[in-house]
Amino acid sequence: MLIKKPSDIRSSEITPKSLYLRRREFIQATAAGLVAAGVAACTEELGAQGGGLPKLPNVKKGSPFNTTEKLNTYEQITSYNNFYEFAPGAGDGPKNASHNFKPGNWKIRVDGEVAKPADYQLEDFIKPYTLEERIYRHRCVEAWSLVVPWVGFPLKDVIDRAQPTSRAKFVKFTTLVDPARFPMQRTNLLDWPYVEGLRLDEARHPLTILVVGLYGEQLPAQDGAPIRLVVPWKYGFKGIKSIVRMEFVEKQPVNTWQIQAPNEYGFYANVNPMVDHPRWSQARERRLPSFFPTWKTQMFNGYADQVASLYNGMDLRKNF
Amino acid sequence: MKRITVIKAVLFAAALIPAAALAYGFYQVYTGADPNALTPNPGDYITDQTGTWTLALLVISLVITPLRRLTHWNEVIKVRRMLGLFAFFYATLHLLTWVWLIHLFDPVEMIKDVAERRFITIGMATWLILFALALTSNTFAIRRLGRRWQSLHRLVYAAAIGGVIHYWWLVKADITLPRRWAVAVAVLLGARLWWMWEKRQRHSFHKEGKLAG
Repeated sequence: MLIKKPSDIRSSEITPKSLYLRRREFIQATAAGLVAAGVAACTEELGAQGGGLPKLPNVKKGSPFNTTEKLNTYEQITSYNNFYEFAPGAGDGPKNASHNFKPGNWKIRVDGEVAKPADYQLEDFIKPYTLEERIYRHRCVEAWSLVVPWVGFPLKDVIDRAQPTSRAKFVKFTTLVDPARFPMQRTNLLDWPYVEGLRLDEARHPLTILVVGLYGEQLPAQDGAPIRLVVPWKYGFKGIKSIVRMEFVEKQPVNTWQIQAPNEYGFYANVNPMVDHPRWSQARERRLPSFFPTWKTQMFNGYADQVASLYNGMDLRKNF
Repeated sequence: MKRITVIKAVLFAAALIPAAALAYGFYQVYTGADPNALTPNPGDYITDQTGTWTLALLVISLVITPLRRLTHWNEVIKVRRMLGLFAFFYATLHLLTWVWLIHLFDPVEMIKDVAERRFITIGMATWLILFALALTSNTFAIRRLGRRWQSLHRLVYAAAIGGVIHYWWLVKADITLPRRWAVAVAVLLGARLWWMWEKRQRHSFHKEGKLAG
């Protein structure tokens, strides 16, 4: 007798031979799809991506100085800022005027009261230092603020390499002059070149960094490519952009905005909710994007624990 | 339909476009559809836009009288009141941004601002002038005030000057835009002064003529 056992596998479940032979392709394609989806999810999580500029290699993450506040998107950071060399006023003017700016072949001079003055090619200047991400609050003197993931290195390392003499009391920074690339330098909008300065102890503070990147990528032109200063407890205009010179000096430098309006902008420019700008209050700020100045401005932009001791005994109302 | 009626309707719609654009942007930001619709700093953008359109409409309304004089197109005068009222409309939106988006309705902060900051003081004075002019812009007030109406409404020149000074004093470094408005207002008021002087010359000439004769 022949007992007919039903087949274990129904014919409908049998994979056609052609597909079966392509199973490897199928697995690979699916895996790639999953990876792509994963990457997309990650970048979305970051708040937004980057601008397609070259990635910076070996960036150390997780600095203890990082804020845990919500990051602003790449789009917001790069389309709302001041950079008078490109265009006057905050907004997307600097972004739109900076499309042709290529920071190639950049040189930096370190000189003045130092044992080791030198002219560097930017790549050589940066090479000895470890790049790290620093997520800082950025408070503009115009009462708006952002949270920015900068990439850079402590200015202190540069100072140590230059070996300032005992006469060095301040560091004076200068922005590139090149009216071909900085169109507003053809006008007398500001007293060019843009100049900023720090007291030596401020410059050596571990929070003070030279920045070469943003969101893990090279710094875009409108944010101060290829190298800028970031001093997070001071108003944004202290963060001089596109630096070509660091000079160690004995006398306090006169910074550009102080020349422009000495009653409105001082040398120190520490974030201070108690000292108003003559034309507006500094007690509150707009944490962008927002309609309302509901964010209470913190003393030294929230970095008081780290930096308040630098100003012991100083009248901050006078030294605004 | 009369030509001026059509022109008036078109101007009415055009003058609403900036407000409509801001309202749409406000809606997009507010609902989160596009948080950057009005730049990442929407409060600042709205303040800037409403201020600029106030100046623009003030200047356009000041163009009407010289335009009529130069072209003898008399009925154009019929759009002047509407344009003036739109200037007041944008000035009021501008004031509201200050009350709401800058001071969050805090009366102490607002009083301090008016008292301490000259650009706010003059801005507020300018709004008060426009408010008075808007209140007395109806036919009833015109009839009621008689000859005084014209003197009162000459304050629009003060409002234009006040608006330009307000803008000039508030900019940080770049005076390009306030300077443009200053030139526009200077030309429009200058033309009136010139015509006034011309008229007086003619007048005194007639008088002298009579005496001689």
